[in-house]
Amino acid sequence: MHDIDTILETMREAIPAGPVRIKEAVEAGRKVVGCYCAYTPYEVIRAAGAIPAVLCATSEKPIAAAEEHLPRNLCPLIKASYGFALTDTCPYFHFCDLVVGETTCDGKKKMYELLNRLKPTYVMQLPQTVSEDAVEQWRVEIERLARRLEEALGVTITEEALRREIAWRNEERRTMTEFYALSRRNPAPISGRDVHMVNEFFRLSFGDPEALELIRTLTLRLRENYDAGERRVSPDARRIIVTGCPTGKSVEKVFDAIEENGGVIVAFENCGGIKPSYELTDESLPPYEALARKYLGIPCSCMTPNDKRLDLLEGLVGDYAAEGVVDLILQACHTYNVETFQVHERVGVPCITVETDYYQGDVEQLATRMGAFVEMMG
Amino acid sequence: MEARDRGGAPARPLWTIGVDIGSVAVKAVLMRDGEWIDRRVAPTGWNPGEAGDEACAELLRRNALDPEGLGRTVATGYGRNAVKADGRVTEISCHAMGARYLFRDGDERCGVRTILDIGGQDSKAIALDRDGNVVNFLMNDKCAAGTGRFLQNMAMMLGCTLEDFSALPDIEPHAVSSMCTVFAESEVVGLLARGVDKRALSLGLLDSVASRAEGMLRRVGLHEPVAFTGGVSRSRNLVGLLERRLGCAVRVSPDSQFAGALGAALLAQKQARRGRSAPEAR
Repeated sequence: MHDIDTILETMREAIPAGPVRIKEAVEAGRKVVGCYCAYTPYEVIRAAGAIPAVLCATSEKPIAAAEEHLPRNLCPLIKASYGFALTDTCPYFHFCDLVVGETTCDGKKKMYELLNRLKPTYVMQLPQTVSEDAVEQWRVEIERLARRLEEALGVTITEEALRREIAWRNEERRTMTEFYALSRRNPAPISGRDVHMVNEFFRLSFGDPEALELIRTLTLRLRENYDAGERRVSPDARRIIVTGCPTGKSVEKVFDAIEENGGVIVAFENCGGIKPSYELTDESLPPYEALARKYLGIPCSCMTPNDKRLDLLEGLVGDYAAEGVVDLILQACHTYNVETFQVHERVGVPCITVETDYYQGDVEQLATRMGAFVEMMG
Repeated sequence: MEARDRGGAPARPLWTIGVDIGSVAVKAVLMRDGEWIDRRVAPTGWNPGEAGDEACAELLRRNALDPEGLGRTVATGYGRNAVKADGRVTEISCHAMGARYLFRDGDERCGVRTILDIGGQDSKAIALDRDGNVVNFLMNDKCAAGTGRFLQNMAMMLGCTLEDFSALPDIEPHAVSSMCTVFAESEVVGLLARGVDKRALSLGLLDSVASRAEGMLRRVGLHEPVAFTGGVSRSRNLVGLLERRLGCAVRVSPDSQFAGALGAALLAQKQARRGRSAPEAR
């Protein structure tokens, strides 16, 4: 039974070692491409032989520095991203050769202009609607990225490499989806805090097959131990889905508030969770077209219309037998904040919106709000 | 008729305490078999845990109860984790429960559908269904706009007390546009310098609180009857301004300040009855 705790501990300990692994890879001659967003087609970067590394963006620490250049009432994620780069406190940014950005929101696309002064930044023009024209436009953008990578890294991206990486990324998505699906069981076999930690571990494993194997083993053990009667989560805990803006370190305060006050998070419908991984890339299509279709299909609030997110969320509420939805909004994230109205209309279970930033001053308030939300379910 | 357990023997009376640790005051309520027996209010001071424990101990002392005879204590309010208690419940649930008790019509009917609670540092709007269950709620964001603290600061600015705010004459309020405690201060200084009547300004400040409360109540889904709980509800003028804005009656009770503690004591009754081996509350 202690097996699971050991695996979780191994993962927890591996997270802070991420920078060391990147440093070692760089010293061994590998190239690193920094990314921020779920729309980044990792497959192309990997096919170019480089490591796609998610850049730091989820701590309040560098925000004060960022505010010397950026407006104060901007999304904390954008301020933190820029602040980390500006203060050279993100090891992944430090070691990367190129940054890939996307025009997902106004704040980010303007921030990238400043970021470009610190590190070469390539910005992909993301269409903000889904249509055949948009797929074609996005395919051209992905191919442009490939040419830019070939030029910057002095390599050639072959179709064979692309197909291989598409298959591998699909394997990663399948593994994560299977892990997430554990929480459909009632009571949930694992807490949301642990799921979020595993996400973090996966994110910082940089395509390592052994890391993926460890996640598979965890899934297997959780299933076996659960069937043998182990209960890690109270059967009384109210089942909550978290939706909305990207998550990360500084907003873990919201997850704590939920899970320390009688709730359990059974699914994260966020960029770091189910949203980018529940659909696979079609391996039978020509690679660039397949990637364009896959990535354009991510239901981010930057898309208009974005009914697909509401469909996904509604489906998750049913599949995970959710009793409540917590809609997490980062300050000044207009697209998610406006979509909130539709989220409340659609989910069919109690729903609460919390607007927050990376500072920890609202921890007590969050405990009351999340506690009351859980109590409201009786 | 005397309550009896299944064996026919007289049931032991169920004593519970609800304690509400607010930012300004600690309110504690003693209850026996659903009946409100005693109350205590004391300043929270700098040690909320101690103030809460002391309030509970005082209730036991003056009712000659020993702690073993007490069925259950439930704590609520921002200091709920600082005090000795068997269960902890948020202010939202407690104010809902307390308001149902204070504003019940006849025996069973819930006499309230929407609750406004303004305390020292929080304001909340709570929507109840016909059976009195919480179905939605809103809380103010982390600043003091529209709370008791805001009014306290403004009273200090104007050289009066919060109580003076309640005894203002029936004049037209002078609008104060800023909701931020700090900006409102500078606005008030400016308006006083321009010779605006102090009483009209005081009413204007109350009206800015009413306006913020109105926004929250409408967003949470306003249904009559509306009740106003928490310490700030003692201001008659604020109640009047709120009624004018909402266009409906707002129910208040002289015991409104105790709504949270009452709710906690009632929840303690409910939890204790659900089995003497009551599970730890969430």
